[in-house]
Amino acid sequence: MAKKENEISFNLVSRHKLDELTSSEKLRFILKEVKKGKILVLEHGLTPFEQTNLIENTMKEIEQDTFIGVEMEGLGQDRPSFFQKLFGYSRKPRVTLIGPANLLKTIRKDNDMIQTKIIPGRGAK
Amino acid sequence: MGLFGKVTLASILQRVFGKKHAKIGIYGPPNVGKTTLANRILRDWTGDIMGSVSEIPHETRRAKWKKNVKVENGGSSLFMDIVDTPGVATKVDYKDFMNTWGLTKDEAKQRAKEATEGVIESIKWLEDIDGVLLVMDSTQDPFTQVNVTILGNLEARNLPVLIAANKIDMEESSPATLKSAFPQHPVIPISALTGYNSDTLYTTMVSHFSKKRKKKRR
Ligand SMILES: Nc1nc2c(ncn2[C@@H]2O[C@H](COP(=O)(O)OP(=O)(O)O)[C@@H](O)[C@H]2O)c(=O)[nH]1
Ligand SMILES: [Mg+2]
Repeated sequence: MAKKENEISFNLVSRHKLDELTSSEKLRFILKEVKKGKILVLEHGLTPFEQTNLIENTMKEIEQDTFIGVEMEGLGQDRPSFFQKLFGYSRKPRVTLIGPANLLKTIRKDNDMIQTKIIPGRGAK
Repeated sequence: MGLFGKVTLASILQRVFGKKHAKIGIYGPPNVGKTTLANRILRDWTGDIMGSVSEIPHETRRAKWKKNVKVENGGSSLFMDIVDTPGVATKVDYKDFMNTWGLTKDEAKQRAKEATEGVIESIKWLEDIDGVLLVMDSTQDPFTQVNVTILGNLEARNLPVLIAANKIDMEESSPATLKSAFPQHPVIPISALTGYNSDTLYTTMVSHFSKKRKKKRR
């Protein structure tokens, strides 16, 4: 197993970069970074289908002693307007935090705040 | 079913009066009481049970189903194929099964491996169902990524969702939190363990899942 360092890398990924990628490229990019031990903040969240695909891909990539999965939390869209409710809408997250589950732990989440903890000593190289 | 399978009387009636048959998936994170609820539904309406229940997460690692469960609501009824799915999670750590539940390393690794396959199976089943009974533990935070992801997926497909706010027999449960978290779907507080409020759940299942809807495909 690779030696882990104390510093944890934390990357903010712009909407621009995300929008340039196709769905599958995006998911591959995210999982690759997260498997390296990085925590990502995506300026633009994933669609519901991308989220389920990400969970599916994560399950396929779990390696019992090195990668136990992801922690992912997004802040939702603002409360839907009357018309959005009327015509149906899906709540696409505006911003999403995603990292390796052995490193990032969600403490609490509601509509307005996501509280997480980073477990030290397990950062990426 | 053959060539003429699609033009049965039942299918004509269904087209005119709404659904008479629906494939309903019981979904949710591990350990919220999906199998306990599936067993209760089956016991109440067929006399059968679905599968084993455990306090250890990821007890159900393959989807199980029972076809043609007839649930009645006064004059109307709905035939449902009930699918009990493995819990959906974004992570599976075999060490949890060892440290918290005392499984041996081999048992824990095997359970973890099957659990990851179970998650994939649950996600695949999403493509194949007409509606979801989403089970949440009302003693816990509602906005978990798993709940949000499953709901988002179903909303995008325009499939009906009924949220069962389970475990309300427990003192720290807060079904009101779930109701205000998801105002766009019916939320029924229940105890799958004691059977509390199952009548309301059944009534709502029949009316909610019978509604005609245009199914969106990806
Ligand atoms: N107190 C209480 N416990 C419940 C209830 N429903 C299920 N449980 C318990 O929760 C645990 C997980 O149940 P299970 O049906 O296997 O959950 P599943 O993983 O979602 O299928 C078991 O110990 C059940 O006895 C409930 O309504 N109240
Ligand atoms: Mg189960």
